Amino acid sequence: MTNHAWLLLGLYMAVLLLLVKPLGIYIAHAMEGRLGFAVRIEAAVCRLCGIQRDEDMDWLKYAMAVVLFNALGLFAAYALQRLQLWLPLNPQAMANVSPDSAFNTAVSFVTNTNWQGYGGESTMGYLTQMLGLTVQNFLSAATGIVVTIALIRGFARHSAAGIGNAWLDLFRATTWILLPLSLIFAVFLASQGVIQNFDAYQDVTTLEVTKYDNPKLDAAGQPLKDEKGNAVTEPATTPTQTLAMGPVASQLAIKMLGTNGGGFFNANSAHPYENPTPLTNFFQMLSIFLIPGALCIAFGRIVGDARQGWTLFAAMTLLFVVFAVGAMSWEQQGNPLLAKVGAGDTAISTTALIDGNMEGKETRFGIAESALFATITTAASCGAVNSMHDSFTPLGGMVPLINIQLGEVVFGGVGSGLYGMLVFAVMAVFIAGLMIGRTPEYLGKKIQAHEMKMTSIAILVTPLLVLLGTAIAVMSEAGRAGIANPAAHGFSEILYALSSAANNNGSAFAGLSANTPFYNGLLAVAMWFGRFGVIVPVLAMAGSLAAKKRIPVSAGTLPTHGPLFVALLIGVVLLVGLLNYVPALALGPMVEHLTLWPAR
Amino acid sequence: MKTLIRPAVSLFVLLSVVTGLLYPGVVTGVAQLAFPAAAKGSLIVKEGKPVGSELIGQNFTEPKYFWGRPSATSPQPYNAGSSSGSNVGPLNPALVDAVKGRVEALRAADPGNTRPVPIDLVTASASGLDPHISPAAADYQAERVARVRQLDAKLVRQLVARHTEGRELGVFGEPRVHVLKLNLALDEQHH
Repeated sequence: MTNHAWLLLGLYMAVLLLLVKPLGIYIAHAMEGRLGFAVRIEAAVCRLCGIQRDEDMDWLKYAMAVVLFNALGLFAAYALQRLQLWLPLNPQAMANVSPDSAFNTAVSFVTNTNWQGYGGESTMGYLTQMLGLTVQNFLSAATGIVVTIALIRGFARHSAAGIGNAWLDLFRATTWILLPLSLIFAVFLASQGVIQNFDAYQDVTTLEVTKYDNPKLDAAGQPLKDEKGNAVTEPATTPTQTLAMGPVASQLAIKMLGTNGGGFFNANSAHPYENPTPLTNFFQMLSIFLIPGALCIAFGRIVGDARQGWTLFAAMTLLFVVFAVGAMSWEQQGNPLLAKVGAGDTAISTTALIDGNMEGKETRFGIAESALFATITTAASCGAVNSMHDSFTPLGGMVPLINIQLGEVVFGGVGSGLYGMLVFAVMAVFIAGLMIGRTPEYLGKKIQAHEMKMTSIAILVTPLLVLLGTAIAVMSEAGRAGIANPAAHGFSEILYALSSAANNNGSAFAGLSANTPFYNGLLAVAMWFGRFGVIVPVLAMAGSLAAKKRIPVSAGTLPTHGPLFVALLIGVVLLVGLLNYVPALALGPMVEHLTLWPAR
Repeated sequence: MKTLIRPAVSLFVLLSVVTGLLYPGVVTGVAQLAFPAAAKGSLIVKEGKPVGSELIGQNFTEPKYFWGRPSATSPQPYNAGSSSGSNVGPLNPALVDAVKGRVEALRAADPGNTRPVPIDLVTASASGLDPHISPAAADYQAERVARVRQLDAKLVRQLVARHTEGRELGVFGEPRVHVLKLNLALDEQHH
């Protein structure tokens, strides 16, 4: 790893550390209804929407409200895609999206996954991007926040029947947290060159006429193939370049802040209109961890012990730094096969700055900022990319994959990262309790059979979806047909897709042709149950915790703050992750690494 | 269940209007007023005609121009209506073949230049629209461009230096050369 990469990582963590505390305190205030200016607006909204303001929902009602609210989002996002040709703000006359792709995308954006089987600039009209996808970027992130706040209340309250008011929580998370941050960030992004307009795509006359091979189409519009299965092409030229346009900055801001990650353009945050400068890149990286980090602090505030929040933050930071160093180092090593054919250049002094594995990376970001971005976007369940993970070195690409498979708890998604980590914390005190022979407790709440059942479901549902889904895909013709790269890497593409979907990340080894009825269906199932198969047990646990009495701290209480608990928590996260996934990883990236280096 | 439906529907509609129409509308208004050129795509206009964008790369294959990063967009390279990377894996024979072909094309256009080819000049960018190359990749091509254009190599290198950006604020990103602006400047040398 270069000195510059170390500097970048250090600077990133330092700025993040500065920002999370004030934001965390603000979030705690906003979600507990302590913002002075908000009271009258909230009262008006409650009247307008028929919300009973003082209602305290039990966990089941809270869960039903959340699921119903998300189901409405699913319906709206699906309908907008299916009808976009007949709706306004579609200057390119984008066709209505196919049923399977529209369903996949709707589930994807509702579950905060933002997996994309489509290319944004060649599929979606502006109204779909705004009213369908941008809205779900906000609402899925708000859903994550309210579920995590409900769980925190489970720890903070005692002998209580309810865990909060889902409607009020959803309104507060969207309006007081996500919206103001997005407004500020969107305007900053626009100032740096991210486009924001409703214009038709812009044709420009290029300096050179572009010569290329155009694939021939048959009468049905499908590409013609010769007897060997290769596409038939004819030489073509074009004197122009068509620049895709659209309201990008507004969608981009919430895409990052809400750890959504669904790009306006196909190339996501690698596209120069979606990430024009290294500065926007740095702030995009910051915005991914901003709310997940701040929620740790908000957690400490609400349970009345700031150390508890910092302990989780420390565990997440340690895991993250190790992974970031790994990814940056392995990408810097480059691809030994390319040096053999005359590419790659360590000899010329002026170049030492760009070296390593540049396939699928942008020059302005280079190796360090691409590998760092990849680690951040997968540690959090963001899934935005500024480089193509499919072209990473085997071990460099394994880092994002492991990050996702650990369950998206290293900062993780907005809200979902914290409730995922709290589930692991419950698991950690349970294991520690067994080791020292005491009834496990966390934050003064006894952890009993019901909590452990919910913890087990929440922890095991995603590995089950990932491994079963991968098995189904590799065993079926339709699954194998999507593979783009030969040998072990093809297996990694499928494993990555299922890991990404079930853990609601959304990034991809994008060579996989996933816009088929098979993958659209399979991945939609993985996304939906990977999201709500965790949310419902977490809320059930919140309900039972809130009802419990608080046990006072005694000499026999295992402290859940400090370095010992950090180590315990990291140990549990790694143990569960590795037990689930090492065999699968051995078949993919590990075998690939062992093939690549001797091939030199 | 019935008590849930009215708040669910009305809150959903309200928040959809706020975040899906109002919010993008406000951002568009502010961006178009405060940063009109950037909001419309940072277009480069010459003699009243848009010839490109400051942010989007273009395809160059003629020896008199500096070449940019290989682009994996389809059907044509640098298709700014359909951004894409190659997504080839590190062990994919297609990657090695493609890089080999690009190295050979660069050497064929510049016989006698036996220096190793900078890696970014022969590997496809993530977006397929990368507007930049590394200073090394520009330096590698400077002699060729000077020879084809019958310009002094020193002058070409000066132009390269003028279109080279360092790290932003000294820390962020990598030093880079803007290929389109450099080539536009080269064309102006002849006028």
